[in-house]
Amino acid sequence: MEQKPLKKIDIIFGWDDNCTPIQVVEKSVKKTPESIILDMIDSGLKGRGGAGFPTGLKWKFARNEEADAKYVVCNADEGEPGTFKDREILDKVPEKIFAGMTICAFVVGALEGYIYVRGEYNFMLKALQQKIDLFNQQLHELKVDFHIFLRSGSGAYVCGEESALFESMEGKRGEPRNKPPYPTVSGYNGKPTVINNVETLVYTSEICRMGPEQFKALGTHDSRGSKVFSVSGDTPIAGIYELELGMPLKDFVDEFGDGDTKAIQVGGASGHCVPRKKFNDTIIGFEGIPTGGSMMIFNSSRSMYNVLHDYLEFFTEESCGQCTPCRIGCQQLLKGIEAVKKGERPPTYLDDLKRLTATMKIAAKCGLGQSVANPFTSIVDNFREEIIY
Amino acid sequence: MTNTEVLIKELVEKHGRTRNALMPVLQGVVACEKFLSEAAMIAVARELDLSAADVYGTASFYTFLDTKPRGKNIVRVCKTISCHMQGKEEIIKAIENHLKVKVGETSHDNKFTLLTANCLGWCHKGPVMLINDEVFPSITPEKAIAIIEEFSKKSN
Repeated sequence: MEQKPLKKIDIIFGWDDNCTPIQVVEKSVKKTPESIILDMIDSGLKGRGGAGFPTGLKWKFARNEEADAKYVVCNADEGEPGTFKDREILDKVPEKIFAGMTICAFVVGALEGYIYVRGEYNFMLKALQQKIDLFNQQLHELKVDFHIFLRSGSGAYVCGEESALFESMEGKRGEPRNKPPYPTVSGYNGKPTVINNVETLVYTSEICRMGPEQFKALGTHDSRGSKVFSVSGDTPIAGIYELELGMPLKDFVDEFGDGDTKAIQVGGASGHCVPRKKFNDTIIGFEGIPTGGSMMIFNSSRSMYNVLHDYLEFFTEESCGQCTPCRIGCQQLLKGIEAVKKGERPPTYLDDLKRLTATMKIAAKCGLGQSVANPFTSIVDNFREEIIY
Repeated sequence: MTNTEVLIKELVEKHGRTRNALMPVLQGVVACEKFLSEAAMIAVARELDLSAADVYGTASFYTFLDTKPRGKNIVRVCKTISCHMQGKEEIIKAIENHLKVKVGETSHDNKFTLLTANCLGWCHKGPVMLINDEVFPSITPEKAIAIIEEFSKKSN
């Protein structure tokens, strides 16, 4: 499989004085929407929130819809345990996000854009609003008919799911909708909506600034470009790093581990746990293990039972409760591993629980319930003894 | 009109009378009063022309839109894995001892409510706590108590 060595990149937080975000907007609105879509598709950019949908196609679908109103929404409801990159982007280079939203609005024909920031980041709202006001003013001067609004969440992880986020913006309980219809057909207020992650929007403005070629040159065939990683856990250098996609996990561990790395949770609580023996042949990217950016490192002093227990507690609390497989499933998984640990259930009960996660994967309504199988099976399969004894 | 009703009128003026304004209005009430009283939810329902059940249904979904009485300051300690690994347990114990409360309770002087929260997004600088909207990363039990003492003085 194609792979790239670990390489630090500086696109997201870099600043080009000769081509500022508002200048990127000025340059882009002189092009045709079709050519921008082609550039996005050509760049190979896939969504950076975790699901990895091709951004160019999303924009194209929304553009092709006929509607009296369309919206652009920036998903800044960063709630995945182990992820904190969007906060840094919102803090350091928000203008790049605004530029990405404006270019997207120009492409699809939207007049309003919303940034939905999680309630845990309320402390940054005031500064962010000031920057938005300034940017809106600049757009007005450029005669670009687009306005950005700021909305905030109130502590519900599931609102990071795009349709739950729309429900929340509409003043309802943040319960995910059935899909299809997808947001590009029916999103906020039932209108065609492009919803992109914070980081994705920054890359779109960067691709417009530097052209798709430079972006495409990074990464592998299935995972073009670079990505911002949030590194935490047992590492001497926790923090935020932009790295080229397609590196083997081994490289990552050599760079960030503390020399005693036992496992890495790639993609947060809803991601996969990779044990040491698989570091060599695991690629970080869409062809291997994709991630929204969360990389949590565990060394040999950590109990993987505690890790799994934490994750299941998290999902039990954050499940919206709307669909039975997720609501009951999460509770039973948590009770189940506790019972096995106490010896009230035989070790083979773990296999029953694995079957339960398989059911949740096909029967749960949204990504939350569907993805509980990822941490559960990867931790139980690789660290079975730690769960039992 | 009560203070709450005046506040809600102002919020509705600012955010509009549509259902889409519900979250910002509720968030505005919580920012001032720390929780949503029954009277507040009924007043919001009246202003936005919704049923009170709809307002309660929305509010009760969100962790930060409390419908139970809370103290003047809400302390939320992150309990998710990274902060767990970095010692959130000691932080919680220290605060519990200091305020003489358990998680979920409000101190007798009504100054603090102690809660835990799921991932606050500071995994590289844990343990972390929020007091109201303010964030305090990389805390120790001693630091946590010093910070709480400062808030205590401010809310005299």
